[in-house]
Amino acid sequence: MAKANMSLKRNVMPTQDAKVRAHNFDEVALGYSEEQAIDEAMRCLNCKNMPCVAGCPVKIHIPEFITKIKEGDFEGAYQIITRSSSLPAVCGRVCPQETQCEAKCVRGIKGESVGIGRLERFVADWHNTFCTEQPVRPESNGHRVAVVGSGPSGLTCAGDLAKKGYEVTVYEALHTAGGVLVYGIPEFRLPKKIVAKEVDTLKKLGVKIETNVVIGKTLTVDELFEMGYEAVFIGSGAGLPNFMGIPGESLKGVYSANEFLTRSNLMKSYLENPETPIMKGGKVAVVGGGNVAMDAARNALRLGAEKVYIVYRRSMEELPARREEVEHAEEEGIEFRLLCNPTEILGYNNPEDPRDPKNGFVTGMTCVKMELGEPDEKGRRRPVVIPNSEFTIDVDTVIMSIGTSPNPLIKSTTEGLEVNRWGGIVVNEDGLTSRNSVYAGGDAVTGAATVISAMGAGKVAAKAIDEALGK
Amino acid sequence: MYRIVDKKVLNPTVVQLWIEAPLVANKAKPGQFIILRVDEDGERIPLTVAGVNKNNGTVKIIFQVVGGTTKKLSYKEAGEYIQDFVGPLGVATHLDGLKKVCIVGGGVGCAIAMPIAEALHGMGAEVTSIIGFRNKDLLILEDEFRACSDTLRIMTDDGSYGEHGNVTVPLKEMLEAGEKFDMIITIGPLIMMKFVVATAKPFGTPVTVSMNPIMIDGTGMCGGCRLTLNVDGKKVTKFACVDGPDFNGYEIDFDEAMSRGRMYADFERHAYEASCNLFKKEVE
Repeated sequence: MAKANMSLKRNVMPTQDAKVRAHNFDEVALGYSEEQAIDEAMRCLNCKNMPCVAGCPVKIHIPEFITKIKEGDFEGAYQIITRSSSLPAVCGRVCPQETQCEAKCVRGIKGESVGIGRLERFVADWHNTFCTEQPVRPESNGHRVAVVGSGPSGLTCAGDLAKKGYEVTVYEALHTAGGVLVYGIPEFRLPKKIVAKEVDTLKKLGVKIETNVVIGKTLTVDELFEMGYEAVFIGSGAGLPNFMGIPGESLKGVYSANEFLTRSNLMKSYLENPETPIMKGGKVAVVGGGNVAMDAARNALRLGAEKVYIVYRRSMEELPARREEVEHAEEEGIEFRLLCNPTEILGYNNPEDPRDPKNGFVTGMTCVKMELGEPDEKGRRRPVVIPNSEFTIDVDTVIMSIGTSPNPLIKSTTEGLEVNRWGGIVVNEDGLTSRNSVYAGGDAVTGAATVISAMGAGKVAAKAIDEALGK
Repeated sequence: MYRIVDKKVLNPTVVQLWIEAPLVANKAKPGQFIILRVDEDGERIPLTVAGVNKNNGTVKIIFQVVGGTTKKLSYKEAGEYIQDFVGPLGVATHLDGLKKVCIVGGGVGCAIAMPIAEALHGMGAEVTSIIGFRNKDLLILEDEFRACSDTLRIMTDDGSYGEHGNVTVPLKEMLEAGEKFDMIITIGPLIMMKFVVATAKPFGTPVTVSMNPIMIDGTGMCGGCRLTLNVDGKKVTKFACVDGPDFNGYEIDFDEAMSRGRMYADFERHAYEASCNLFKKEVE
């Protein structure tokens, strides 16, 4: 085997040029070549105590799979990852590795940590391109489990149970499986064909996916038990978008990030002649600083916006989005208006003609400048309004990306299901809810969080369900 | 895929379809809605359930051709399939305890009002129905309304059938004559519902309105269907898909809802024309 690679810098991820990619929906990051992957793998020191594994919500055996890459056994590496993760090609793209596995990497103490996420992506893509072997459906153990929602938590729970021989049916409210992976995360960050491939793999393992079924409406949780399911996992995801409560939020041209991204991704309104409309072009302000805000801003740019602003009330240091997403957004020309908070959205109003078709459309947004005051109880410095600092940004579209509250449908139709005061389903450490044999995880429990934490919750619940039913 | 079992053209722009969807048929109640897509890559559109047949697992929808998607749907024939059909969504109309109700329907909204009138009639309530259309050619469901109404008033804008005038004329007349309704339930164009509320207001009669804003998922995720309500002097945001589609008519900001409803007016007009052109090409 070649010698360890002691370079302080990791292999750079090849990407589409910023000027080019700002106008297309193709994937931004292009992925490592075999040579780059092996070179990067050589940076791993194969630490005995495996700090990186402790940082992974689904406990992938990281040094083990990287060792396989060093040996050029990419399929072997894939097999190690799939022991722990049902969605490697997805996680390799959207996990915040820099705060998880990579944050614990010893190489990160002096220099850059090993590009674990990039290696995971490489391995998954290699498998998807070159492996023709079909997953084998395990023998049924006769137990039936229903999963509500086909997002990351639901797919993970379903996959883990199917591998153990459970007969799993996933119920999805929308017309396509994948949840936030298809309606929320844009094509340029996570191509839909990758999600479809992962869903397909689950189907080959015997998982049934029923789209167009809204649990809580079409069928209730109680009816699922009557139908013979012995356990139910609820991964119904994030719910209604939050708005700021400022004047003008109902003007035409104001979207929640959920709506904007759903129109573009799930409903494909980014196509040339879409069936579902979306406002394209003009000047766009995205309010918020999370990953969803970055996705919305970069999506608006690709839809042809001439100018896109991120409006965030704290400074760059507090901005919660992944660094990589922020850097990509900046490279593409998104302008960050930091320490800035909207107070009103302005609309066109022709007093002479109430039937003027321009009436009620957004024309601008008034904001105030902020400064950071004393730290609050969590240690985050509180933004404070600077008096008389009001100014107006000229925009046609405003996208509110300030979080969501858990989906209200299931709790309102499931008796005895305890929720907290934010509407999140209450669960114990096994993902078990206040109802017998009903488990939950993901955003339905925590409120908006990451794909990988939802997967972690799906995994925990699958293990608990197996322990409860498998005896 | 969901099979169209039966098709009936009710008037030049309104079509009725019975669609096979047993799970939806089993659950749907008056006032709830479904979302459908005609084909792959199609738009999701919400339509209120106009009736169900639990015996053969079918759901009735009645729609007006207003844009590209409804145009495409109107070309579908019995025996053909549509891509997606999901529901029932929204909260059913609250009918418990109502003894004397006035149903006010306008245009294709009458299709949604009809199952509510039927349900009330079945409960033994006294049902007064006022249904309005632009003209005689657009009249739908006359026999059905007659069968479940104690009193039926048919109004046309041009006087070509029934009585001349809009639906608020007989409503006002009845209220002024001292009729006491437990509830007025109105379904139709926003502007009509706004005036029904204004007509009822001096008499303090409760009014339920059925809202049909722009919507995508219909399950409480996208927030596109938001409405502003004035509740005790405070502005409150509600979502038609999970909080509605029925609301207290006195609380709705109709002007805002009307403005939001026109957000994609240009797009819809182009899509409608494109659908027509596509069909013409196929025929040629």
